[in-house]
Amino acid sequence: MAAHGDHGHVTPLKQYYAVFLALMVLTAITTWVAFQDLGFLNNVVALGIAGIKATMVILIFMHVRHSTRVIPVVVLSSLFWLALLLVVTWTDYYSRGWLGVVGR
Amino acid sequence: MSHEGEAVVGLHHQFDTTLQQKEAASFGMWLFLVTEALFFGGLFCAYTIYRWSYPESFTAASRTLNIQLGTFNTAVLIGSSLTMALAVRAAQLGKNKLCALLLALTILLGAVFLGVKAKEYADKFEHHHVPGPTFHFEGEGASHAQMYFCLYFAMTGLHAFHMIIGAGLLTFVIVQALRNKYSPSNYNFVEGVGLYWHFVDLVWIFLFPLLYLIGRHH
Repeated sequence: MAAHGDHGHVTPLKQYYAVFLALMVLTAITTWVAFQDLGFLNNVVALGIAGIKATMVILIFMHVRHSTRVIPVVVLSSLFWLALLLVVTWTDYYSRGWLGVVGR
Repeated sequence: MSHEGEAVVGLHHQFDTTLQQKEAASFGMWLFLVTEALFFGGLFCAYTIYRWSYPESFTAASRTLNIQLGTFNTAVLIGSSLTMALAVRAAQLGKNKLCALLLALTILLGAVFLGVKAKEYADKFEHHHVPGPTFHFEGEGASHAQMYFCLYFAMTGLHAFHMIIGAGLLTFVIVQALRNKYSPSNYNFVEGVGLYWHFVDLVWIFLFPLLYLIGRHH
């Protein structure tokens, strides 16, 4: 941690401005792409861009890139629990009709 | 490591160093944000289930939203995230006045976002697109359009509520900054509020494509 100084890493201004610019450009792209017909890929692209934007915000604005190692673990754990919440619910809704459950 | 009898300004006794104190504060805030992610996650989960069940209704209802206002608001919120990040940096360098100014700018941008949101809500009331007894929606996909608007209001409403809380927190931090409370050895509260504000931005980054950008190409 010594490399980060005594009080944590100070992000250079340029990096903040670069992330801001990238977020703006990606917002413009995602809105533009929404009007193009890419079939089911529209959703993939929209969520992909949102994912890239989120990653930049988390790494730079939220300082995870220069944080202690435990912070990325916490961030990933939130994704893990979110995935559990979503995937288990989805499989339930998707497969419930497969069995003739009484009362359904 | 701490040295006996040597008091570091702003360092609480249970920590060895200000860096350790800062990391503990960030860690705690991140744990809170995990619970927040799951809180919003429940709504996102409901959204996916209903969108799969009624894709036509979701497309038709989504297209009644004003995409210009939505895109504008996304840009405004990203701008507020930048000013927030810069405010944290100012606090980190002990520049309290600059920090207060940037935080005021953040609140201003947040207020613009909420103002635009209020305009969008007003339009929804005017067009009877608010779920309830007065709900009215015609055309293709009308059958379950109300479900989309339930989720629209629940998700954007909860998001806006978070922003209002954030504005309150920011006001407190501005007052503290004007009292020169923050220094390179202790700006943890600004950092924590910053994390919270960026998280609210993160939620919107996903809400925007999911609510505004469905089926626009038809």
